[in-house]
Amino acid sequence: MFRNQYDTDVTTWSPAGRLFQVEYAMEAVKQGSAAIGLRSKTHVVLASVNKANSELSSHQKKIFKVDDHIGVAIAGLTADGRVLSRYMRSECINYSYSYESKLPVGRLVVQLADKAQVCTQRSWKRPYGVGLLVGGLDESGAHLYYNCPSGNYFEYQAFAIGSRSQAAKTYMERKFETFAESSRENLIKDALFALRETLQGEKLTSTICTVAVVGIGEAFHILDKETVQALINEFEIAGEEAPANEAAPEDQGGDAQPGGDVQPGAADQGPADEGVAPMDI
Amino acid sequence: MTKEHANWSPYDNNGGTCVAIAGADYCVVAADTRMSSGYNILTRDYSKITQLADKCAMASSGFQADVRALQKHLEARHLIYQHQHNKQMSTPAMAQLLSNTLYYKRFFPYYAFNVLGGLDGEGKGCVFTYDAVGSYERVGYSSQGSGSTLIMPFLDNQLKSPSPLLLPAKDAVTPLSESEALDLVKTCFASATERDIYTGDKLEIVVLNAKGTRREYMELRKD
Repeated sequence: MFRNQYDTDVTTWSPAGRLFQVEYAMEAVKQGSAAIGLRSKTHVVLASVNKANSELSSHQKKIFKVDDHIGVAIAGLTADGRVLSRYMRSECINYSYSYESKLPVGRLVVQLADKAQVCTQRSWKRPYGVGLLVGGLDESGAHLYYNCPSGNYFEYQAFAIGSRSQAAKTYMERKFETFAESSRENLIKDALFALRETLQGEKLTSTICTVAVVGIGEAFHILDKETVQALINEFEIAGEEAPANEAAPEDQGGDAQPGGDVQPGAADQGPADEGVAPMDI
Repeated sequence: MTKEHANWSPYDNNGGTCVAIAGADYCVVAADTRMSSGYNILTRDYSKITQLADKCAMASSGFQADVRALQKHLEARHLIYQHQHNKQMSTPAMAQLLSNTLYYKRFFPYYAFNVLGGLDGEGKGCVFTYDAVGSYERVGYSSQGSGSTLIMPFLDNQLKSPSPLLLPAKDAVTPLSESEALDLVKTCFASATERDIYTGDKLEIVVLNAKGTRREYMELRKD
């Protein structure tokens, strides 16, 4: 793991043609708590694990609204993530100002990637230590991108980053072919299942996770705790038993409709409260 | 020794009139929809009113290119505010922002004559009136634009509170009900349309209250 000789400077190549500082930055992403994203043709769901340092402190914010049609989930150095979110918001606002239309997601991620690349080629800078899952909607449909500290970016149907993300990726690899045609509710359900995989047996409750949705006709917003907890209860994915993923929702019956006791569709149809800003957590 | 004058002006006056009236729990912001240049009409259907925040609307007459630029600037600033503070801007906050924005261009002003109307932090109606470089004041009612000289004295007659020497101090907001205030606004514009050539075509009224925002239109004389 320690490649000391060529890792002092980001502008120093190793003889094997690697930039170790950039790779170390990607390590920082792997150490952060998990964040996952998945998309269908019409919606993108972002979810993250939010563990507070102690019972007394607040949770760290890992999902940010960038614009009505774009949101981002981060893993790694959250301070770097906050700064990049501010940059993304600024870019969206400036684009809207000049062109009176929404910044296409693909354009935003390229700008973000170029910004990250700069930090890999300046001796007085360091790479951003944060991975970003950018989810958004534009004229060409729903998109999910992953931007890494190296300046690379890829588009995904579903992806997970951060610690124990491999467990979530394994779950999603099994099911990703169903995501494109998935309903909004099923997409959120899959996100919660995938998130539970990263908890390695710990109970999934709405206090330790955050879920956000963006879709056609639905501005990006973070679901409130009550809605998330109701969904967790409805899909019986608290995580106490072994994952009976396929069986559990069937038992509920009609999980395609948000019916029964809980109305998740109605409750989280965008920021419903008066006086609550669209940007509210 | 006469000074040489420019043969081109960066400004034009597109005419029009704006009015705003504050009530106990509502605010009415209104403007005509005629856009002119000189003695010509450019269009009969141009909105001078923009909603800047949930509880705040601005009507501006003057040079509409500057008005539009000003509106876009404030809308962008409002987005930034929401990102930073997780809530909508209050009307008094927007009022200060507008003033600062206008004064920023003190030496190449926005040719915009604005009235800002909305609900304050307590849900009471508030109106702020401006000059082109940002001098502003909270009032109970105001009008700006080409018809303001015709409308303002009428509003003073109908709405001005008794002498400030009278105690207890009277609030600036009108005791009129929402529907009475709407009728008053319509009357103002109907009258101004008669005598001001730049005012007419259609009246757009935006009503802000606790229930939300409502838009109403009324036809005006087109001559």
